[in-house]
Amino acid sequence: MENIVQRVRKIVAEQLGVNEADIKNESSFVDDLGADSLDTVELVMALEEEFECEIPDEEAEKITTVQQAIDYVSAHLKA
Amino acid sequence: MIFSKVVGTGGYVPGKPVSNDDLVARGIETSDEWMAGRTGIRFRHFADAGVTTSQLATRAAQDALQAAGLQAADIDLLVVATTTPDMVFPSTACLVARALGMPAGAPAFDVQAVCSGFVYALTIADKFIRSGSHRRAMVIGAETLSNILNWEDRGTCVLFGDGAGAMILAAAEQPGVLATAIHADSTHAGVLGVDARPSGGKMLGVPFITMDGQAVFKLAVRALEEVALEALSMASISTADLDWFIPHQANSRIIQAVAKRLGVEMERVVVTVDRHGNTSAASVPLAMNVAVRDGRIQPGQHVLLQGVGGGFTWGSVLLRY
Repeated sequence: MENIVQRVRKIVAEQLGVNEADIKNESSFVDDLGADSLDTVELVMALEEEFECEIPDEEAEKITTVQQAIDYVSAHLKA
Repeated sequence: MIFSKVVGTGGYVPGKPVSNDDLVARGIETSDEWMAGRTGIRFRHFADAGVTTSQLATRAAQDALQAAGLQAADIDLLVVATTTPDMVFPSTACLVARALGMPAGAPAFDVQAVCSGFVYALTIADKFIRSGSHRRAMVIGAETLSNILNWEDRGTCVLFGDGAGAMILAAAEQPGVLATAIHADSTHAGVLGVDARPSGGKMLGVPFITMDGQAVFKLAVRALEEVALEALSMASISTADLDWFIPHQANSRIIQAVAKRLGVEMERVVVTVDRHGNTSAASVPLAMNVAVRDGRIQPGQHVLLQGVGGGFTWGSVLLRY
């Protein structure tokens, strides 16, 4: 679980060009981390590739914070 | 063994550049700041009312003939990639052949693969030449997308422009074209299109471009990365050996994302979307022509051309210039 949190935070930092130290679990990609709509699409793509899962568009729309990304990945990660 | 080689390029964009501020002045709710950040587009060109795709294509073809030192009569195959033909039929290619004054005989036809059209057409022409049946092919990508833009939809009308690019391929003893790969996946047919057709004397459907931008972004980035590696692998060339990367000019964010994934620095990427907007089938030959004319692309260099668009379609042509 800790591993997932770290991996998600690392991807968010890389994709959005922010320091990991500035990322809180409750951070909103758009409101707090300066992402625009295409950044969030790229972020979802990076999560899909890192965790080898497919995030349907209707689910991706609901992932707006770091915690929501962690929760989604934790619930859908293949064993 | 027969190969095909690029012997001339040409391009044409109609009228003066139209800036983002010009669009704002026309009442479209957008801004230069938003456009520059999300799309990288600063300018595009629009053909005047009544100016057709075949007219733009003809100008680009004449430019390529001049660059190659050839006459229209030297061309024995004419392929036009377009999604905005002058008319239902004859094909735009036949209208271009007439305008160029090509003598009767050489086959002329259109290819419809939307923004992948030029890469599809170039792939076809390469195979014709390699088969030995034809020796000099004029391949054109030309569009008047302004005909199918919905000015009420600020999410799409700001993205596109008009123009034409041309390339002449000729038979050669050395390649030239090193690898081609084209694909389609119809399960994504709905993400991008113009759902309309003439019927019974009327237009059925909505004759404007509609697009699910985020879905297109995701599909395009993955497809372009995959098919770039496919073509490079076919020719046993690494991304490090690539001199110029010319992806379809739809959006600078797509171009940057693909370049980053491939590990190709932006210094090796030809970008014209800032000046031309997305000109669909015309974008790749227009960009290639710009980089040939300004001296960036030199003989012997490896150039990767890429298309991606509605269908869903995508492809790569890897060549040694």
